[in-house]
Amino acid sequence: MESKPLALKILDIVSIIILGISTYLALVFAPTELVMGDVQRVFYFHIGTAWTALLGFILAAVFSVVYLITKDLKWDRLQVAAIEVSLVFFLITIALGSIWARPAWNTWWTWDPRLTTAAVTELIYIAYFMLRQGIDEPEKRARFGAVYALVGGLSAPITFFAIRLFRTIHPVVIGGTNPAADGGFSMTADMRVAFFFALFTFTVIFIDLFWNRIRLGDLQEKVEQLKLKVTL
Amino acid sequence: MFFQEATPDTSGYMIAGYAIAFIVMAIYVASIYLRSRNLHQDMTMLEELDKSAQPVVEARQPKKSPAKSTSNNKSAKPVTKRSRKK
Repeated sequence: MESKPLALKILDIVSIIILGISTYLALVFAPTELVMGDVQRVFYFHIGTAWTALLGFILAAVFSVVYLITKDLKWDRLQVAAIEVSLVFFLITIALGSIWARPAWNTWWTWDPRLTTAAVTELIYIAYFMLRQGIDEPEKRARFGAVYALVGGLSAPITFFAIRLFRTIHPVVIGGTNPAADGGFSMTADMRVAFFFALFTFTVIFIDLFWNRIRLGDLQEKVEQLKLKVTL
Repeated sequence: MFFQEATPDTSGYMIAGYAIAFIVMAIYVASIYLRSRNLHQDMTMLEELDKSAQPVVEARQPKKSPAKSTSNNKSAKPVTKRSRKK
């Protein structure tokens, strides 16, 4: 049995520690936003998870291209790992956004361009796993998955730019202003500290989970190989 | 809500948000751990099966006695493509 590498064990511990620090910065260190109150604090984790999830979907599209060129199943395992972790993070993003929207917009959900593209992205990647479940042959599954992830990867930049391209009520807190936005705010220096630390935290957690998920994929591959060997 | 003078108490939403974020992350970490543990168990079982199947396979294969093999093959030379052509 292959034991966990020391670097991964250290990364596991570091992830837990910085998640604790990030939670402290978001809940205690950052000042309370005067208009929205405490609910604004979900913004730090909302952006942190969204950033890593969208990055993961784009990474998966890159792995798809590499797989289609090399036909090496290692790239397929990397793609699955990136999508799975991103899917979980994006689910948190949507849930936090919905919770924030209830007091800010007086509704849990509205079919705004940003929310719609986000929901479509999440559904695209849920369907990705359903597609893979339906194909038994590993090469065929990897090829179909790669093409699907490559096309699905387009949804990530569309979701990111939705608030910059379309008229939406979703606020643009970073790098732009939206006159139609509802619930926007300007960050103070302490808020920026909590915000950038949350971005850093979720990037590290993403790397940690991604690495763990790759190892799980490798183990799955070994078990499949061994099953074939035993049955033959 | 945005025209109110006093900051509204929305801490309940904040707690719900953070609780959901931590629960989802905990479930995912647990799922990775459980899947990994199950795969390790499968691996151990399959390795044992593979080891136990090895002697059975060897026993099933017919063993050629050295006397029999020499009587069948008149020359001790291995059969090669060249010798077949001849």
